[in-house]
Amino acid sequence: MEVILIFISAVLVNNFVLSYFLGICPFIGVSERIESSVSMGFAVTFVLTLSAAITWLINNYILIAFNVPFLQYVSFIIVIAALVQFVEMFIRKTSKTLYYALGIYLPLITTNCAILGLALFGALRAYSFIENIVFGIGAGLGFTLALVIMAGIREELDLADVPEPLKGAAITLIIAGLLALAFMGFAGLISV
Amino acid sequence: MAAKDDRKSVGVEFVKGFWKENPILVMLLGMCPTLAVTTSVINGLTMGLAVVFVLTCSSLIVSIVRNIIPKQVRIPVFIVIIATFVTMVDLFLKAFLLDLSKALGPFIPLIVVNCIILGRAEAFASKKGVFLSVVDALGVSFGFTITLVILGGIREVLGMRTFFGHPVLGEGFEPWIVMLLPPGAFITLGLLLGVKNSIDKRLKEKRSR
Repeated sequence: MEVILIFISAVLVNNFVLSYFLGICPFIGVSERIESSVSMGFAVTFVLTLSAAITWLINNYILIAFNVPFLQYVSFIIVIAALVQFVEMFIRKTSKTLYYALGIYLPLITTNCAILGLALFGALRAYSFIENIVFGIGAGLGFTLALVIMAGIREELDLADVPEPLKGAAITLIIAGLLALAFMGFAGLISV
Repeated sequence: MAAKDDRKSVGVEFVKGFWKENPILVMLLGMCPTLAVTTSVINGLTMGLAVVFVLTCSSLIVSIVRNIIPKQVRIPVFIVIIATFVTMVDLFLKAFLLDLSKALGPFIPLIVVNCIILGRAEAFASKKGVFLSVVDALGVSFGFTITLVILGGIREVLGMRTFFGHPVLGEGFEPWIVMLLPPGAFITLGLLLGVKNSIDKRLKEKRSR
């Protein structure tokens, strides 16, 4: 039950993009076409899930066991960078199609704050191993959901008459605000 | 003559971060701390000063070691340098300003992946000398801080009727709770971008006339 709550909370109620502001850069940068936003979303979900598992192991079996929690940030970011690199090499060897579909988005994920944010939130809330992985999957799907909705709106926006100074990033942010307002409707669903 | 040019370019490097290359409003970097912590002026200011410290120190170190690092591994090296300074700031806040540290939560450690810092390290500090790099870092990070304070100011005044914790609007003003919530952050920043764009447009028209 607890696990289901964590999942729903990460996808809808505490959506990473719209209520924690994590991963805003790709949210604004890569949300112009639905196709590329789907690819980006799945790449992020994949890395989020893997890094949720690995950072949990490192945090509990190395950092806490040896009592060096102050090394958390340095070790997390190194693990994430190495992980992204590894995933990239692995995908290139095993599936060329997937590799070309993800393209530039893979290396970009290292600096996506959602990944480090997830590792930090997981450590802060002291989730168990399974809970942390579910949290990772949920956060990734939530990110994908927000990105795809945004891309859908922005494709329509090409035809809209936006005031000159608000064109580009400004109107994207305002739309994100309205989306966040809509997502707040889920807040009553559960309280985590 | 050369000295004069140097002095002029130092001024230019410092000032450009405030308007022409403002990290938030022009380059759209570092959005996640910008939106997340600006529920009040003091939070925005603390975040800004933390970034000032991290960016200045890491630019200093990066520009010192830039010739020793092999090109292929420079990004991981930069990230480790940045993460070290972020850890220092985090421990400092936890030791002396515990309330603020709690209010900012995981957003202080998230400075590590703030693209402003890696961006400056990559685009400026790894190419230019020590002194110019520090000036550039100071300019950009103060530009960031001022933007955070403005954003925090708007949200705090409208959302809680206070500024720096002092009441500024009378009882008759009903606080807009939404300003303190995520939608308020997105919309305020979007409108702020719009205001900046229209001022820029006006300035351009004036100059061409």
